[in-house]
Amino acid sequence: MNLSDHYKSVGPWLNGSGPESDIIVSSRVRLARNIAGFLFLSSASQSQKKEIFEYIQNQIQSTKLNDDIWMMNINELGEVEKQILTERHLISRQLADGNNESGAAITHDETLSLMINEEDHLRIQAMSSGLQLHETYKKIVEIDNILEEKLPFSFSPQYGYLTACPTNVGTGIRVSVMLHLPALKISEQMDKVLRSAKDLGLAVRGLYGEGSEPVGDFYQLSNQVTLGKCENKIIDELIELAINPMIEYERRARQKLLEKKSVVLDDKIHRACGILSNARMISSDETLYMLSYIRLGIYLGRIQHISLETTNKLLLLTQPAHLQFLCQKNLTPNQRDEYRAELIREHINTH
Amino acid sequence: MTQCQLCDKKATVHLTEIVEGQQIVKHLCQECAQNEGLAIQANAPISEMLGNLIDAQQEAQQGNEIRCPQCGLTWSDFRKQGLLGCPNDYIAFGKPLQILIERAQNNATKHSGQLPQHHKGNFGQQVRLLQLRQDLQTAVEAEDYEAAVKLRDEINKFTTSNT
Repeated sequence: MNLSDHYKSVGPWLNGSGPESDIIVSSRVRLARNIAGFLFLSSASQSQKKEIFEYIQNQIQSTKLNDDIWMMNINELGEVEKQILTERHLISRQLADGNNESGAAITHDETLSLMINEEDHLRIQAMSSGLQLHETYKKIVEIDNILEEKLPFSFSPQYGYLTACPTNVGTGIRVSVMLHLPALKISEQMDKVLRSAKDLGLAVRGLYGEGSEPVGDFYQLSNQVTLGKCENKIIDELIELAINPMIEYERRARQKLLEKKSVVLDDKIHRACGILSNARMISSDETLYMLSYIRLGIYLGRIQHISLETTNKLLLLTQPAHLQFLCQKNLTPNQRDEYRAELIREHINTH
Repeated sequence: MTQCQLCDKKATVHLTEIVEGQQIVKHLCQECAQNEGLAIQANAPISEMLGNLIDAQQEAQQGNEIRCPQCGLTWSDFRKQGLLGCPNDYIAFGKPLQILIERAQNNATKHSGQLPQHHKGNFGQQVRLLQLRQDLQTAVEAEDYEAAVKLRDEINKFTTSNT
């Protein structure tokens, strides 16, 4: 089996299962690690980067993880494939845009990816569907322990795990969830929500993390502080102070829309259905906004003829690189919009 | 209007110092006070003020720029690129880095999370290994293969005894 066999379907983090999945699309935990006795990447020479890359690859391959991973060198991937991996959240934009001597190891089930020579020597990342931060963290601890048997991580008693950027030092942990908050957006409460998240010292970003703008009512929420608290406390605080309240606000906003503005709500949902079933050209941003209303409509029981599975599948397959992969050729932006509209009609009108 | 003691401008900073029982009064304009290191720029954003404070501390400590002996990165290089060059920077940049970390990390200065389970080397040994690898790189660049072989052996010995 090849990794590309997966590109026509969604990864397990987008399968719509898991607790609170009406609002929490997915959970992600990543750890930043560097190998003791090597320079960080910004100071390392090309030959040192190569040594680090090969050393980490070899050590990963000497663990039991090797039976279950695809190992890839970023240089050997084409532009479309790099972008596909980014769209699937398996590698970061930074890794995809980077140059030599970097790569990734991705597990066959796409729940775990190890990025080598991104900002740090190693980034360990695990993802799951719905709100499963503790479960995901537990999984990542196992992986961290397996790797740490082979790879001596740079660590100081005072600062903990040492990272290239001091904003990651200590635990090296970044915990994030992807939230779907359409009702808060419709009822114009998003500014308030974003402000309170920032007051709590949390980062709110778009679908693709750092540097991406929120599109289609999907937001990524993550911790900023990585030092001075243990990993479980960082996770607990994120859940208790931010995620749980946001789930409650969004549910309340949904309920209020149903009670007081059901016509406005239905209008948005059915217009979205209309556009997606009939458009002959559609951009990826507009698609995300429309799918956002469909997703809301499904969870509120306002539409029956489109399944959650189809919606999630379209969220991913309508992204530019996936689209080009499905079409098997390079497309101009206009051709992409045309093909995207066709793909959506096919899925919505026949499923 | 009180004039600045150093130029003709209006004095806006008035300082009374008592040194060994002697009272010394200074009247300075904003600019001269800044040059004397007695005042910080008015209306500067707090981050800039803290930045200045860190820079001032760093200069007071060293008299000149801090440079990490392991990776060669200077404090100002780090401030420009935002990324550290090696683990030893956490020691080499001492107090200024600690202040910056406190600011970024909600006043935390000490790790209290998970600890490595298997690795036995302490931080001093990690820096020693870094030094050996740097020396190896220098030896290879200088085509001093005899030294390179010795260093390579030493690194191997080091890594097998510490993991």
